[in-house]
Amino acid sequence: MNRQKILGYAAVVALLGLSCSSGAQTQPSPPQKNQTNAKQQPTATHPSNHAQSEGGRIFAQNCARCHTPPDGFSPHISGTILLHMRVRASLSAHDEQELLRFFNP
Amino acid sequence: MHLASFDNVALMWMPKRLFSLRRRATRSLQLLLVLTLPGMWQWGAAQHTPLLSGGLGFFTSTNNGATMYLPIMEPLAAAPIGDHFLLESRATVLEDFTPKGGGQGGYNHSHFIALTYLEGDYILSPHVTVVGGSFLTPFATYNERLSPLWIGNFQDGPLIAGLGTMQTATSLGGQLRGSAISRSKYSIDYSVYFSARSGNEQFNSARSSGGRINLYLPEQRLEIGTSYGRLLQGTHENFSGFHVWWEPQETGFRLRSEWARGAHGNGYWVEADWRMKQFGGYDSWIGRIEPLFRMQQTFNIGSTRGDPLPGVNTQRADFGLNYNLPHNTRIMTSYSRQSSSTHDANIWETGLTYRFLSPAWKGR
Repeated sequence: MNRQKILGYAAVVALLGLSCSSGAQTQPSPPQKNQTNAKQQPTATHPSNHAQSEGGRIFAQNCARCHTPPDGFSPHISGTILLHMRVRASLSAHDEQELLRFFNP
Repeated sequence: MHLASFDNVALMWMPKRLFSLRRRATRSLQLLLVLTLPGMWQWGAAQHTPLLSGGLGFFTSTNNGATMYLPIMEPLAAAPIGDHFLLESRATVLEDFTPKGGGQGGYNHSHFIALTYLEGDYILSPHVTVVGGSFLTPFATYNERLSPLWIGNFQDGPLIAGLGTMQTATSLGGQLRGSAISRSKYSIDYSVYFSARSGNEQFNSARSSGGRINLYLPEQRLEIGTSYGRLLQGTHENFSGFHVWWEPQETGFRLRSEWARGAHGNGYWVEADWRMKQFGGYDSWIGRIEPLFRMQQTFNIGSTRGDPLPGVNTQRADFGLNYNLPHNTRIMTSYSRQSSSTHDANIWETGLTYRFLSPAWKGR
């Protein structure tokens, strides 16, 4: 088995592993407003729940211009989403910060 | 890459099928793995876990009694490295089934897998982001914003989608972009790029340069922008474009339009859609309904061809009705009437799309 094949198989296995690990989190969890768990597990972020804030206004004016908001997503990726959208939608630094607060109230 | 037209799928994919799909897939995966490895030390960083996103779709298109089927996946991976650097890539994986025709039963099928783009983004300052690598060509709005299958309202892209995007819709080189001015009453953003010529099977691009500038008025929800591109290989040609988007607040109505011109032709599309939120909000069963209409026309200039437009002046009207299900799932239906001096067609299309978005792995 040559080196290229080994690298190829390693890449496939790594990506499958990533997919499997993310599969467990693919379904957005419902909002948990009155969570009593002391460990405070991160809950899914629901952009539409905070429409009155400054971040909500920015979300409606910029993000919703192209697409509907996702049903929810893990707060672990809110910063990554904003980096991606800051580039794609040419958001200002202020908008990025407000949206980060909006996603993680 | 969104499908410019189901009829064009075979033409679009045909040259690329000449390459070994297996070799391409292996190389792509190797490249992705190597380029995302540096981001793994960010695993535990709050809010900056790498993500997997994208769309899954199943489309059908019936034209002149022949129905084609297209299962498709467009995964996107984004991995931040620190607070200012992001690696991101999108790929396309599809299998198309087309009737054999000529009196034969059954279907021909073929598959396709390739990276759509692979770029690194560095946020240099509040107003400047440097993009390097293979990126979507920033011309007009469709290519960058509406081409993901889970975003575009219609299964088919506009007829003029190839104008200004230099045929491949991706560029290989560098780009500067960002928010030039951002005020509460207005904002201006820009992008300028240069692309080298590349015959690489994964990163095919033309030597070109160009840019785009947008003015957005948030209170009016009105965006006006203009684009310019110049092909710098072979016969140098100029492309220009103009777009207007208007999405009045709290109505669920959107009006989007683009006009583009190349050396051999020009054309426009105007698209209107309405989420019927007045009847119980976006999440009511009526509020999930989304009627659509798009009008398109292309006009050829002179007798020489060269732009990726239909060979003769063409008109097309698209009527659609989408239903936005919960959990980022959408049912799409449309009827299109395309007419020209050489050919009239009735195109019926249906589709189901699902958008996924999750961390690439469990964050801490």
